Amino acid sequence: MCASGAGLHPPLIIYGRVSSVSAYIFLRWVANMEIELQHIHKRFGRVHANNDISLKLHGGRIIGVLGENGAGKSTLMKILSGYQPADSGSILIDGQKAGYHGPQAAIAAGVGMLQQDPLDVPAFTVLENFLYGQPASMTRRAARSDLAKISHEFGFHLDPETPAARISIGQRQQLEIVRLLTLGVRTLILDEPTTGISAQQKTILFDALQALARDQGMTVLLVSHKLEDVIALCDEVVVLRAGCLVGERAMPATKAELVRLMFGQDIAPQERSAGSLGEIVLKLDSLTIQDRRVRVETLSLDVREGEVIGLAGLDGSGQEALMRACVGLTPVVGGNVVLKDRDLTRRSYRERMRAGLAFSAAGRLEEGLVAGLTLTEHMALMDSERTMIDWPGVRDITRRQIERYNVRGRAEDRIEMLSGGNQQRWLMALLPEQPRVMILEQPTRGLDVDSARWVWQLLLDRRAHGTAIIFNSPDLDEIVTYSDRIIVFFAGRFHLIEDASTATVEVLGHLIGGNFEEAAR
Amino acid sequence: MNEELLNILQTLVTSSTPLVIAALGETLTERAGVVNLSLDGSITLAAAIGFIAAVGSGSALVGIIAAMVVGALIALIIVVADIELKQDQVAIGFVLTLLAASLAQFIGQSYTRVRGPELPFVSLTFLKDIPILGPVFFTDHNPLVYISLLLVFVTWWWIFRTRPGLALRAVGERPASAFARGTKVNRLRYLYTLLGGSLVGLAGAAYSLSIKAGWTNPPAMRGDGWIALAIVIFGGWHPFRVVLGAYLFAGLRAISSAIQRSPDIQIPLVLINALPWLLMIGTLLLVSSGAIERLLRALPRSAQVWTRNLLRSDPPAALGTRFEER
Repeated sequence: MCASGAGLHPPLIIYGRVSSVSAYIFLRWVANMEIELQHIHKRFGRVHANNDISLKLHGGRIIGVLGENGAGKSTLMKILSGYQPADSGSILIDGQKAGYHGPQAAIAAGVGMLQQDPLDVPAFTVLENFLYGQPASMTRRAARSDLAKISHEFGFHLDPETPAARISIGQRQQLEIVRLLTLGVRTLILDEPTTGISAQQKTILFDALQALARDQGMTVLLVSHKLEDVIALCDEVVVLRAGCLVGERAMPATKAELVRLMFGQDIAPQERSAGSLGEIVLKLDSLTIQDRRVRVETLSLDVREGEVIGLAGLDGSGQEALMRACVGLTPVVGGNVVLKDRDLTRRSYRERMRAGLAFSAAGRLEEGLVAGLTLTEHMALMDSERTMIDWPGVRDITRRQIERYNVRGRAEDRIEMLSGGNQQRWLMALLPEQPRVMILEQPTRGLDVDSARWVWQLLLDRRAHGTAIIFNSPDLDEIVTYSDRIIVFFAGRFHLIEDASTATVEVLGHLIGGNFEEAAR
Repeated sequence: MNEELLNILQTLVTSSTPLVIAALGETLTERAGVVNLSLDGSITLAAAIGFIAAVGSGSALVGIIAAMVVGALIALIIVVADIELKQDQVAIGFVLTLLAASLAQFIGQSYTRVRGPELPFVSLTFLKDIPILGPVFFTDHNPLVYISLLLVFVTWWWIFRTRPGLALRAVGERPASAFARGTKVNRLRYLYTLLGGSLVGLAGAAYSLSIKAGWTNPPAMRGDGWIALAIVIFGGWHPFRVVLGAYLFAGLRAISSAIQRSPDIQIPLVLINALPWLLMIGTLLLVSSGAIERLLRALPRSAQVWTRNLLRSDPPAALGTRFEER
């Protein structure tokens, strides 16, 4: 047993010069943290989200937590990090029962979680975010120097005076990691940390995690859909399915082996289907777009029938602006949007939809759907031509669509009662059957591999009938897999990849970080 | 400087004091994410009960305390309805506005034209000798004026310069983050709603015990609560801008009544009365436009944080929302 005893005591921290790669680093003179979960149960209504999960987690290792949507990984991680209490079962830290309630108490016990959308305060500066939650004895000056020191340690670039609302997700993660480390966390849980960050940021993050596990004996738990990341980083994986722990294994393992563990069956990788392209359906003629975050200058693009155009880029780099300019949600400063010889540049959203565009927004409950309305009411809302609603007819269509799109929910359920994945399915079900061009913001947001594949089958089917698709995604793999052409955005600049089959996730990862010149070579 | 002008400014500082105090109280409440919409009613009822208590006890101090308790009690109803009963803050606040205002008229009825205790006028030694500022801010005011000036700096310092202030802002901006850092979100909401409410009550006392001493039906301060609410928005939830807004508003009001009295100037009355509001809308447009962002970029790094805080126009992101602690 380690010198400092149970994890509830503050670890002994020595500032000193360390011989490894790190110069000044927090060196914790404590043995690796051992966590044991015993018979964890958690129910939400009828759903058994965690069913008798027992697990030992050893310090100094990076552990991948795998499972499809709804498998119970997030629930388990939230229980471990204090965000949710378990119904029954216990958590042992270094052999002692840890009865913490709330995330703050979990952090005090040494367990911290980095949420997918980091829990910072957007209106605060980086420094204020760092300072808030630290012991009252820490002065602003000390906070500033600690922040700089640890950031430097891991190669993070964090400007203390910039508001958190103005830095990238990758930087917000870095900030949260630094914050948790300063609070003495010895087990770090990361929920989908590689979604929406650039390749450079991913490299920095992975280096940092490896340093934490190898050099400092920290436990790192990585919850991820991205098997490539898990393969690259993890020492072992645990797999959950339908609330149960179904597998533990040491790495390395191949992608196919991991998929088999997750789904209990093999899933063949999706084929790139080169559809036949028809004539030009959508013509963007030297568009200049200005939205709140970014300006895109003179972008021209001809989209053909049956073509899939993938847009890559970090949040707010211009891809959203382009899609929204196509449907008239972002004003166009210059240039034209022409659909089948019809200039839509000055037309309203509604007119564009009537002309044959279809749009679905990434913010499901914020923009795409109306919280408080039922599935049937959503369907009724789609028909804006008539004043009176033909309820029996609408109910009929609703039932049909629910079945067809495999939505787990009833026609009279309010939309916010459905899970994110089912909301996404309903969003797809509401789109017109055969538009000329579909413009889709993150069509598989929050879906697991299986559901995402299902959505794409549907989309590819429409594409085979001549619908063109323009979509974006933080998942570069998805872009590489489904696109015919790719446009990569960085801070409003863009780079067109004419043949998507030549693109790889690595290349895209560098491009979204702004290395246009380097990648061109 | 012209003595007459200084006198006018001095009166202005006095007459805008209740607005300053009420708007600062509301700023604290809203910074924590709670809307206390009842200001107009709270101020009126606090003024009435404060006056009655002062008359009954013969002491202005008792009146002040009674008024603050009234403001806090109304705020308590709002925060309990919000957190415990899961009712809409805005709806409850609006109903309480009407209720409190009517109640004030009812219980104030028998106190019209009654003379009661008034706050004394005092000047501050040393400070009153400062040129210009001295005669305007520190001479012949009631003590609440000095308290309001002090409050401006204290609330600013508390919100932006202290650790509890960080927690206060976080609770109003993103309660989930505050909770994750161990802040008791709803406890703070109780605290700042009660604190803000008691300041609103104090504003009522400032009317009935000094600035519009006594009680009249209809109440002399009617409508000022709404103005205080508008000033909070105009002030961007920042104490310095809030106080500026209150002085500006009182100034424009003084000008409009001066113009009304003067026979030489022929401007439609409606236009003059609308002037403060038009000015507010114009300022808000300016502040929320991109111009501020460009200005910020031109500033040195060290000045950017506080100017950003000073000029921001977004409300606290979680304003009016409920937070369930697990």
